[in-house]
Amino acid sequence: MATATDAAVDTADHGHDDHGTSTGISNTKLAMWGFLGSECLLFGGLISTYLLYKTRRGPGPENTVIPTDVFDIPFTSVSSFVLLMSSLTMVLALSAITRGDHPATRAWLLTTAMLGGIFIGGQVYEFTSFIREGVGYTHNPASSAFYTLTGFHGVHVSLGIVMLMSLFVASKQGKLRQEHSETVEIVGLYWHFVDVVWIFIFTVIYLIPVD
Amino acid sequence: MAETTLVEEQAHDHPSDWAYVKIALLLAAITAVEVLTYFESAITVFENNSVTIASLMVMMVVKFYMVAMYFMHLKHDNPLFTRLFAGGLALAVAVYVIALSAFEFWA
Repeated sequence: MATATDAAVDTADHGHDDHGTSTGISNTKLAMWGFLGSECLLFGGLISTYLLYKTRRGPGPENTVIPTDVFDIPFTSVSSFVLLMSSLTMVLALSAITRGDHPATRAWLLTTAMLGGIFIGGQVYEFTSFIREGVGYTHNPASSAFYTLTGFHGVHVSLGIVMLMSLFVASKQGKLRQEHSETVEIVGLYWHFVDVVWIFIFTVIYLIPVD
Repeated sequence: MAETTLVEEQAHDHPSDWAYVKIALLLAAITAVEVLTYFESAITVFENNSVTIASLMVMMVVKFYMVAMYFMHLKHDNPLFTRLFAGGLALAVAVYVIALSAFEFWA
């Protein structure tokens, strides 16, 4: 039975074969960039929805607290810093596999996954503290838009962690060799994209003052 | 042999590990300045909302650009990837600026 790590390595093999394409570039990488371009539209829609609803409070007295009333900027700043640094560890993982340093590749992949895990832990803490302060998912349009946007981003980070751990396991089993560096690069592209989306969310949603 | 050559080429095309660390340190410094704008009493210039918003947007674009160009290697990779990503991004910005305008967001 094929495992997830086998599938990841198979994809890598095909990715390298694809270099013999008429464009001269890897189809796998081209597909990832096309996917990331389309993801801009998805997150653009979610961010626009939040911007439209960010000050909409609910009708009853229990639904009047909106996310901007309870933001904990120092805490979110630390989470943002953690995610930003995970982009550094990701690119160091790629650099390590490119020069064939497998122990370093595994160390950086694991570090990246752990930093992603810390970010997700922070998000779970943020969500639960918001709910305790009366900002439930269905309490008002502002909270629904906020949880949908940041929750979607959290799901993307979680999927990234699964991909990173798959690469870690593949490397541990000796299936992720130096010639599979493109697989690490493609997972890295996804991870960096998740980071740039958070750069946007952190500024537009958290830091820009609400009138 | 051919694979080794490809790997060596990639290694030469991309910045060194130390260059990546320097980029990350710069990104961290920009993030620190962004967070300072929240505690506006720390810097007098950020007491003006328009200045704060403009500064935050510029810093956000710089961070976005640096991650895309250096960590995602767009600067050193095939220009087709840049066009594909920039195309999606430009389309998203255009569509949602129009959508927000339709809902009189800027008023």
